[in-house]
Amino acid sequence: MAATGRSGSGIAAQTIGFVFDGRRMQAQTGDTLAAALVANGVGLVARSFKYHRPRGILATGVEEPSALVTVGEGAHAEPNVRASDVFVYDGLVARSQNAWPSLRWDVGAINSLAAPLIPAGFYYKTFFGSPARWMLYESVIRRAAGLGLPPTVADPDAYAHRSAFCDVLVVGAGPAGLQAAAEAAEAGRRVILIEQDAVPGGSLARETVTIDGQPGMAWAQATAARVRAAGGRVLTRTTATGYWDDNFVTAVERRTEPGQPGADIAQVLWKLRCGEVILATGTIERPLVFVDNDLPGVMLAGAVRTLALRHGVAAGQRVVIATSHDDAYRTAFALAGIGAQIVAILDSRTAPQGAIIDAARNRFAVHTDARPLRALRKGMQVSGVEALVAGTRQRFACDCLAMSGGASPVLHLHRQAGGALDYHADRGAFLPGAGRQANRTAGAAAGVHDLSAILPQAVIADPLGAATAPQPGPVWRGEAPGKAFVDFQNDVTTSDLSLAQREGYVSVEHVKRYTTLGMGTDQGKTGAMVALAQIADGRGVALPEAGLTTFRPPYTPVTMGAFAGPMHGDHAGPIRRLPLAAAHDALGALWVPAGLWFRPRVYPHAGESIGTASLREARMVRASAGVVDVSSLAKFEIAGPDALRVVAAVCATPVEKLAVGRGRYTLMLREDGIVMDDGTLWRLADDRWLLTSSSGGAARMGRHLSYVTDILLDHPRAAVVDLGEHWAGLALAGPRSAAILADLTGAAVPAHMGLADAMIAGVAVRILAASYSGERAFEVHVPAHHAAPVFASLIDAVRAAGGGAFGLDAMDHLRVEKGHVVIGAEADGRTTPADLGLGGMLRKAGGFVGWQGLTRPAMADQTGRRQLVGLTAIAGGAINEGAMLVVREGDEPLGHVTTAAPRVAGEGSIALGLLVDGRARYGETLFAWSPTRRSYVRVSVGPPLFYDDEGARYRD
Amino acid sequence: MLLIPCPHCGPRNQEEFAYERSVDSLVRLDDAPGVAMAALYARANLRGEDHEIWVHVQGCGQWLRLTRDRVTHAFRDVEAL
Repeated sequence: MAATGRSGSGIAAQTIGFVFDGRRMQAQTGDTLAAALVANGVGLVARSFKYHRPRGILATGVEEPSALVTVGEGAHAEPNVRASDVFVYDGLVARSQNAWPSLRWDVGAINSLAAPLIPAGFYYKTFFGSPARWMLYESVIRRAAGLGLPPTVADPDAYAHRSAFCDVLVVGAGPAGLQAAAEAAEAGRRVILIEQDAVPGGSLARETVTIDGQPGMAWAQATAARVRAAGGRVLTRTTATGYWDDNFVTAVERRTEPGQPGADIAQVLWKLRCGEVILATGTIERPLVFVDNDLPGVMLAGAVRTLALRHGVAAGQRVVIATSHDDAYRTAFALAGIGAQIVAILDSRTAPQGAIIDAARNRFAVHTDARPLRALRKGMQVSGVEALVAGTRQRFACDCLAMSGGASPVLHLHRQAGGALDYHADRGAFLPGAGRQANRTAGAAAGVHDLSAILPQAVIADPLGAATAPQPGPVWRGEAPGKAFVDFQNDVTTSDLSLAQREGYVSVEHVKRYTTLGMGTDQGKTGAMVALAQIADGRGVALPEAGLTTFRPPYTPVTMGAFAGPMHGDHAGPIRRLPLAAAHDALGALWVPAGLWFRPRVYPHAGESIGTASLREARMVRASAGVVDVSSLAKFEIAGPDALRVVAAVCATPVEKLAVGRGRYTLMLREDGIVMDDGTLWRLADDRWLLTSSSGGAARMGRHLSYVTDILLDHPRAAVVDLGEHWAGLALAGPRSAAILADLTGAAVPAHMGLADAMIAGVAVRILAASYSGERAFEVHVPAHHAAPVFASLIDAVRAAGGGAFGLDAMDHLRVEKGHVVIGAEADGRTTPADLGLGGMLRKAGGFVGWQGLTRPAMADQTGRRQLVGLTAIAGGAINEGAMLVVREGDEPLGHVTTAAPRVAGEGSIALGLLVDGRARYGETLFAWSPTRRSYVRVSVGPPLFYDDEGARYRD
Repeated sequence: MLLIPCPHCGPRNQEEFAYERSVDSLVRLDDAPGVAMAALYARANLRGEDHEIWVHVQGCGQWLRLTRDRVTHAFRDVEAL
């Protein structure tokens, strides 16, 4: 394709520079990259996905399957951009993809020679074949097949989310959409009009029509201005990507072009709740099927016309037009108008009639009953076409072959909204049927092509007469040997469809998955209907009977950044800071995320590793005393005449006989009998209870309590108040803790599992005597905003006694030694109370959530269940969390390590684990095997208790 | 995204709500084990209307019973619980 001058566009444009594959070129403002490349004589733009065949520009809209490029540099690089869907800006840098070492000399093109060896279903066959074969092919295939590479650094662009309401959403600013939007806006309705192109006009960009005396595109500008003047919002470069329930439409607005560094926001994800939706989405032209229909220079006729009329670019100087309907004739006139030669028009119909046919016959060589069999190639470019003309083979030389095999109404959004489709055999197309939501389809998408029907009040002057509905191209029955493509992006040919059928893949959904038809980033927008016609023909059924695959959102690919919007980095989720965060920082805390909370992990001394520091802190607790922040624990107060009913329903342990001023450990179950959460239950008064539960499960427990009260108990006379954030909690543990606390409060400390009110540092506190570490311990609860002086007093007091603050890691070491379970580790969503050795705690009479689930045979019978055990490393080495428990390396695992810890009292490595029939295996020797960490440690199995078996240390 | 007619707050986006369960899978505390397990595990999913329990977690925090068409997702009725 020779570089061509610009002519005829009539638009005042400025010249700007861009780079493609290192070559500096010039474009005009308003050019798409596709138009600029064609104007610069670039025919070869890309290599195809599977066979690495040379590809050029096929289309001028978002449907482009072949010309995918990477635009931008460094962190701004965006891969897989359709060359037709990026507008050139000064300094744009684009690169071809999937080719090495270069686009012209692509080693991967060897795949094309090996094509007979990699037919449709190759991957499936290889997967199901011997693993050795897959191992052999995998590395080669992974390297050769693919699209562009994602950037390796973080996306520097900013993305936003916006929500909006409107009475009428109009999708598509072609003539039908503009008309509908202007009418609605001027009738006083709130209107949003969205258009994926940079300017309104739609199909008018490829017509020479005048509307009310103005050129089509000028009329479009004026009509968009009318929408704005009437209070409507017009969003260009915005694509409606999904149509969801209740007239909810998502759209992505591009504020900067791909690869373009932007100062502000690059893209906006719009969430639109609409009263009514008008889909004026137009049509997408279909290719014709013949051999080598994918050669650079073979283009869709409408795209060739858009290049000529919108951009003033001739896609070729000697052009053959191949068509099955009237519309492509317009391309002949448009090309002739900018000085290109029309070599021939090949029309597959035997006797086409009409004004435009007559006009064409007067100027061009029109052949009827004529269709291409094979594109001829010179180098990487089309050089001619071999056609069947009235039964005779003829050759035509050309440098561009403009084809059209009909058009498909764009019904993706209508379908996503649940609308029906009606097949029209005369057009070979589906048209929108009944809608399910408040939406309708207008214009060409609804099968209306005549402008005077779309704009009944306007004066239309079209030198080529009224547009007519396109008819489909002929079905390809292998009239010439070679590859005839139906899916250009995924390299699916008609022979792949036949092969799938021969191998028994009849349903179109199966054919799709077997051949990868329509599974590319373009979702088969151009070729899917052509492929369906081929499949139907192969089966000898009508097209609707062959079926249609699902239209899935998004309509065009959406970058991950748009979905994330501002919610990344520190904004990905809320960060919850403890009320005493500043005080922990002052103590040198190292923070660790625990759910949404950040909690102190350790308070390392200078030069101390995390492991050394946590073990030092744990031993400090065993020797004297320590303070740990437990403020993030969930805390609920349940009060009222019916409070006992609520507590009895939620807690699976006995509750009724709990005395006022006493507490106990308790379990909360799911309905299937699995442990959901654990905590402590305290009776503050006869009708007032305090329930604590795990930090990570706080939201779940809040909702569970609400469900139990409002749904299961039908609004009992009890209030459940979430006190989690109102109260800070500080656990004081160690043999010196009772003395320290008595000294601080000036009062006797409560007995184990008792509670008391007291004063510390002039602040009223509640003291709960509960132990998690195995030492005598107390939880001091204090209103969060008064916590600082209490914490300071406690820290001073424990330091004076040789103790200090301890973190989450030390707490973990201490509780492993005592065999206390943690929600998420030992209670992993599969364990029952009995599995954890806590079955004896349950209320025998039932009546709590989950009691029925526990009666199931598989739960009630402990045989074969995974049970909590303690594990001790025998011959040194550290046990790894997550390691499998096996008799011998390579065996099927009998269980796994849930939490590992160093011994606090003593030396060596211990762990808790879940082991099949674990309680029957005490004394056995197994291996904790972690192939990923290359660790294989001999362990002995025993009860999950390593310290103070009698519990003497935590009692009074 | 569904637009859910909260009886307390008016129509609000689905993302403010959490689905709890179908009414037919409710397990009462005094249900016999067989009845409870059948409600949880042996459920029909018939074409037609479903009665569902939702909670307006990011709104008023109240529980609702919605009558929803299993095919079209359209809500026919809503009731505060």
